[in-house]
Amino acid sequence: MVLEMIFAKYNYIIYITLMTIGFYGMIGKRNLIKKLIGMSIFQYSIFLFYVSAADVSGGTAPILLKEPAVYVNPLPHVLILTAIVVAVSTLAVGLSLVIRIYREYGTLDEDKILELSK
Amino acid sequence: MRRYLAILSCFIFWAILVYGVPDLPAIGDPEAPANKHVAPRYIERSYEESGVPNIVTAILTNYRGYDTLGETIVIFTAGISVMLLLRRREK
Amino acid sequence: MKAAPVSNDIILRTGASIMVPVILLWGFYVLVHGAIGPGGGFQAGVILAAGFILYTTAFGLKEAKKILSVKLLMVIASTGLFIYTGVGVLAIIFGGNFLEYGVIPIGETPAEASKYGIEMVEIGIGLTVMAIMLSIFYDIVLKEKGG
Repeated sequence: MVLEMIFAKYNYIIYITLMTIGFYGMIGKRNLIKKLIGMSIFQYSIFLFYVSAADVSGGTAPILLKEPAVYVNPLPHVLILTAIVVAVSTLAVGLSLVIRIYREYGTLDEDKILELSK
Repeated sequence: MRRYLAILSCFIFWAILVYGVPDLPAIGDPEAPANKHVAPRYIERSYEESGVPNIVTAILTNYRGYDTLGETIVIFTAGISVMLLLRRREK
Repeated sequence: MKAAPVSNDIILRTGASIMVPVILLWGFYVLVHGAIGPGGGFQAGVILAAGFILYTTAFGLKEAKKILSVKLLMVIASTGLFIYTGVGVLAIIFGGNFLEYGVIPIGETPAEASKYGIEMVEIGIGLTVMAIMLSIFYDIVLKEKGG
């Protein structure tokens, strides 16, 4: 029964695994750039989750055709289109903060920065 | 020590999320709650209300136009904050 | 010390000079076809910015700043936001709600007016996204020395 569930809903397992990888990057790594990479992986796993929730089997892209057709759900696409832009913005601001920190302290290691800032 | 703690909490996180998977709809299910709520109305009415065949564009700029305005302001603000953080006066 | 020479790679330069116009043209295509096909303001802005970034990597930051200076980029970004909010305020002037395109008297039916409003808004989004992406790239890119 467990195997059946894994085969039917394998996509969710993939997203959860990706999300956990990103979570580990955020809490387990000490390098600030690696933390940002983990944050990005976390965000993109959520995007994949939303886009897969939009899927309707046999549906086409949500652009109206002349003849009637089955369309996938357009709303998650819109939400993710805006969420990707927010992800890019947060990544840009985060990277520029990291660049400033590197200019000030000469290192990207979290513990060293905390020590130096005392 | 910290690394083992991180791995342990990641494993707990993974297990809690996987525990919820059986309740989620299967991929491509047309009866899923996400596909039943407002999406059919958008697909039926968006052409006569917005005049564009691309439903994603119609929702993005017509139904959720205020949201997208906020979105554009977010990237504008991000660009300005990157500028404030990194730009040095050129002499 | 003199500034480091920009890339002398002839393959990169020739490839870029062929590819950049095509990329920009495709970006404009995606921008104006956002209403009837796959595409839209966000995607087109990123494609246009990618074309300029390719130009910058091939010919150097100085050459790129001659075409699109930092000041001009901020003007473009503000113009994009101004177009967006301007369309919204225009709808208020004609007696509708903010961003209610249907009341603007440019088409015969509200749906047609809404189509033109959507196109204008897409162009505004595209301009802002392109300018901000390029501005972020200009700021993050490594300076030659002492950056």
